[in-house]
Amino acid sequence: MKKFLLLITVIFVVITATTCAEKKDDTVTLLTHDSFWISEGVFEEFTQQTGVNVEVQMAGDTGQLLASAILTSSNPSADVIFGIDNTFLQRALNADIFAVYESPSLSKVSEEIQLDTQHRVTPIDFGDVCINYWIDSFSSDLPPPKNLDDLIDSKYSGQLVVQNPETSSPGLAFFLATIAEYGDDWELWWAALRDNDVTVTSGWEDAYEVEFVAGGGEHPLVVSYASSPPAEVIYAETPIDSPPTGVLTDTCFRQIEFAGVVNGTKNQEAAENLIDFMLSNTFQQDIPNSMLMFPASNEAELPATFAEFAEVVEDPYMLDPEIIERNRNNWTERWTQIVLR
Amino acid sequence: MNPQKRFVWAFLFFLPVLFVGVFFYWPLLKIFSHTLDGERINEFWSYLSSKPFRQIAWFTIWQAFLSTVCTMMLALPAAYLVARFSFPGKKLFQALTTIPFVLPTVVAAGAFMALFQRFGLDQGMFRLHHTVWALLLAHIFFNLAIVVRTVGSFWAGLDPRVEEQAKILGAAPWHIFRKITLPRLVPALAAAASVVFVFCLTSFGIVLLLGGPTRATIETEIWRQAVWRGDISVASVLAVIQLGAVMVMVLIMNFLQKRQAVVESKVELNPERASRKLLVGNILLLGILVGLPIVILVERAIGVGDGYSFQNFSAMADRISLVPLSSLAALKNSLLFAVVAAVLAALLGGVASFFVVHGNRWLSNFLDFGMMLPLGVSAVVLGFGMLISLDTPPLDLRSSWILVPIAHALLGIPFVMRTVIPTLRRIDPSLRESASLLGASPSKVTKYIDFPIAFRALGVGAAFAFAISIGEFGATSFLPRSPDRLTAPLVLFRLLGAPGEALRGQAMALAVTLMVITAATVILIEGSVFKRETIRSDF
Repeated sequence: MKKFLLLITVIFVVITATTCAEKKDDTVTLLTHDSFWISEGVFEEFTQQTGVNVEVQMAGDTGQLLASAILTSSNPSADVIFGIDNTFLQRALNADIFAVYESPSLSKVSEEIQLDTQHRVTPIDFGDVCINYWIDSFSSDLPPPKNLDDLIDSKYSGQLVVQNPETSSPGLAFFLATIAEYGDDWELWWAALRDNDVTVTSGWEDAYEVEFVAGGGEHPLVVSYASSPPAEVIYAETPIDSPPTGVLTDTCFRQIEFAGVVNGTKNQEAAENLIDFMLSNTFQQDIPNSMLMFPASNEAELPATFAEFAEVVEDPYMLDPEIIERNRNNWTERWTQIVLR
Repeated sequence: MNPQKRFVWAFLFFLPVLFVGVFFYWPLLKIFSHTLDGERINEFWSYLSSKPFRQIAWFTIWQAFLSTVCTMMLALPAAYLVARFSFPGKKLFQALTTIPFVLPTVVAAGAFMALFQRFGLDQGMFRLHHTVWALLLAHIFFNLAIVVRTVGSFWAGLDPRVEEQAKILGAAPWHIFRKITLPRLVPALAAAASVVFVFCLTSFGIVLLLGGPTRATIETEIWRQAVWRGDISVASVLAVIQLGAVMVMVLIMNFLQKRQAVVESKVELNPERASRKLLVGNILLLGILVGLPIVILVERAIGVGDGYSFQNFSAMADRISLVPLSSLAALKNSLLFAVVAAVLAALLGGVASFFVVHGNRWLSNFLDFGMMLPLGVSAVVLGFGMLISLDTPPLDLRSSWILVPIAHALLGIPFVMRTVIPTLRRIDPSLRESASLLGASPSKVTKYIDFPIAFRALGVGAAFAFAISIGEFGATSFLPRSPDRLTAPLVLFRLLGAPGEALRGQAMALAVTLMVITAATVILIEGSVFKRETIRSDF
C-alpha cells in the first residue's frame, strides 16, 4: 500500500515538475491557427538575429483562434497573434486584443492590403478564394463559366459545390464576393443558384475531397483557393506537368492574413521584432510553399511552381471589414434561410 | 482505523476528486460564470424559444433516439451469438466488432464517404451522403460494440435452462424470446441504450461531416455559435442545456447499472456450437455494417494510380510542407499521450472504482456520477474553459503538452470505472468474508483479494483508455497545442484539408495505421493476455 501511494505521488510530482517549468524571458510566443506552417530553419534565423526563441502555439481554425484570443485577453498567453483575416479583423479590433505597432518594413507592403490605418495589425500574406474548375470536364461545346453571372446559367446546373458560410472560411469568403458584386440583390442571385442545384457542404474538406472531381466526386466546379492548382502539381501522386484544375479569376474574394502584437504582452520588444521578421524576405519567401498564400511584401520572390501555376488575380472582390462584422450574422442567417431551408 | 490509515484513505479518495475537480469542474464553472451574463437572459430566452433552436433540439433528440433504436436492434443478434454459442474465431469476431468504437471519427467519416462514392450513393436518387441515413449508419457503426459487449456478457450470465424448459413445454421461439428472454434482458438493454443515447446526443464530427450543412445538433450549434459567430455566451447556454440532458441520462444509467449488478446465480454450461444460419447471418450483417467501410478505407490507402502499393505508408516518415510534422512523428506523439492518459485513467479510475464499490452510499453515488460527466460535455466549451481557468502558475498549462493527455484521461476514466466496478462487485463476498474470518486485516483483504482480481480489469480499462486517447479528435482539437506536439488524428485532419492526391493518399494510410493500432489494442483486450477470466465492461 505504501509503495502504491509513493508511486502515485512520484508520478504526480514528476508530471507537475515537467509541466510547470517557468517560461523563459528569451522566448516569444506566437499564437496562430492550424493551417500555419513555415519551413524548418526560418525561425532559427530570427533567433540568431535577436537571441530570442519563437514558440508556436496553435488554436484550431481562424474562428477558434480569435475566440481563444478574446477569452484570454485579460491574461494573454501569447505575445504575437498571426492568422486573423479580413473577414474576422473587425471583431478582433473591437475586442481590443492588439497593441499599435507600425513596422518600418510596411514600406514594402502595398497600401491596398493595409486595412487598419491605426496599425494594430500588419498584413503578412494574402490569397484569393475563387471557383476552381476541373479542366477535362469542359470543352469548346461547354466552356467553363467566366463569372458569377454564368454560375446561375442552366448550362452549369448541378455543377457547383460551395461551403456553408457559417461553418467554413472559404465559404464565407465566396459568400462575401457575391455580396460585393450584387449588393442587396445577393439574395436573388443565391435563390437562383439554389434553383440551379448548387451543392452545399459544411467545410472545404468535404467540398474538395468528396464532391469535387479531384477528390473522386462528380462536381466540376468548387469554391477553393487560387493556389489550389499549384498544390495539385506539388502534391501529385505521380508527377504531372500542369495542374488538372483551373481558376475562374473573376469570382475571387481576397483574404488577407494579419499579425499583431498582443495587447498586454510582457515581451513588447521581441514581439515587435517578430512582426518585422515576418515581413523579411526569409519569412515572406517561405510563405507560398508552406502555406499556399502570396507574400505581402513586394520584395519577396515567388518559388518556380508557384509563379508558374498560381493565378495572380487582378481585381478581386473586397469588402470593408467593418461592414462585414456589422452585417455578417444577419447575412448568414438570411443565407441559411434562402439556400438551406 | 488509526489516524495514519485514515489519512491514507482520505488522500486516495481525494486524488480522483481533485483531478476531475481541477481539470473538469473548475474550467467548466469558470467558463459558465464568465459567459453567462444575467443581463442577457431575455436574449437567451428568445433564442431558446426561436424556431431554429427548436428545430435543432428536436433533431438532436430525434436522431439520437433513432440511432439508439437501430443500434439496439441490429446488435441483438450478435449479442445473442456471443452470449449463447461458441464458434471458431469468436474472440476475433468480438474484437472486430469493437474496432469501430475506438476508431477516430475523422477516419470513420472518411471511410463512409469513400463507401458512398464506391457504390454511387453519394449523388443521385439513392444518395446517402449528407442525409440523416448516413448519420444513422455511422452512429450504428460506432456504437454496435457497446451493445454487443454489455448485453452479450449479461445475456451469457442468464440461466438458459428457463428457455429450454419453455421450449420443452412447446412454446414457439419468438414467444420464448418475447416473454422470457427479453424481460430478463431489460436492465442490460436499458443500460446499453442509455450509453448509446448519450454518445449520439453529443456526437460532433459525424454530424458535421456526414450529416451535411442542413443538419445541426446542439453540439454542432455550440461550435457554430462559439467559433463562427463569436458568441460564447449562447454557446454556454446551450452547453448547460446539453449537460442537463446528459446528467439525467447518466443518472438513469447508474440506476440501471446497479440493478444490473444483481446477477442470477451463474451457471457453468458449455455453450452450444452456433448453427450455420445464425453465424452466416451475423457475419453478413456485421460484415456490411462494420466490415465494408473498413475494407474500403484500406483499399483507398493502398490504391496508388491504377494499381496497389505501399507507397502511401512509406511516405509517412517524410515531412511535407503544409503539415507541421510527419505522420510518423504525429503517431509517436499520439502513442506517448495515450500511454500517459492510460496510466492516469487507470490509476485514478481504479481508485475511484474502489470507493464506488466499498465506500458508503453517498460517497459511491457522488463519485460514480461525478466521474462520468466529462463524457457528455461539449468539447468546445471545455476547451475554452481550460484556456481561461488553467492560466496562472503553478497551473499555467495553456502551452503545455500535458493538457492533451489530461483531457484524454478525463474521457478514459469512465471506461476504466465501467470495467473495474462490475468486476469488483462480482468478487464473491464469501471470499472476503472467509479471509476476514481467518484473521486477515481489511488492508490484507484488499491487498490479496481485491487487488489481484481488480488488476486484470484495470488492465482492460487502461487498454480502452489508451485506444480512446489514440483516436480522440474532438477535445484535442479545442486545446491549444504546439506544432511538434500534434496528435495523429489532428495531422490526419490537416492532410484531408489540403489539395493534392498524395496528401489524400497519405491521410488514408495514416487512418489505416491508427485503425491497426486501436484494433491491436482491442484484440489484446479480448485476447490472450487476459485469458484467465473474461473481464466484463459495462458500457
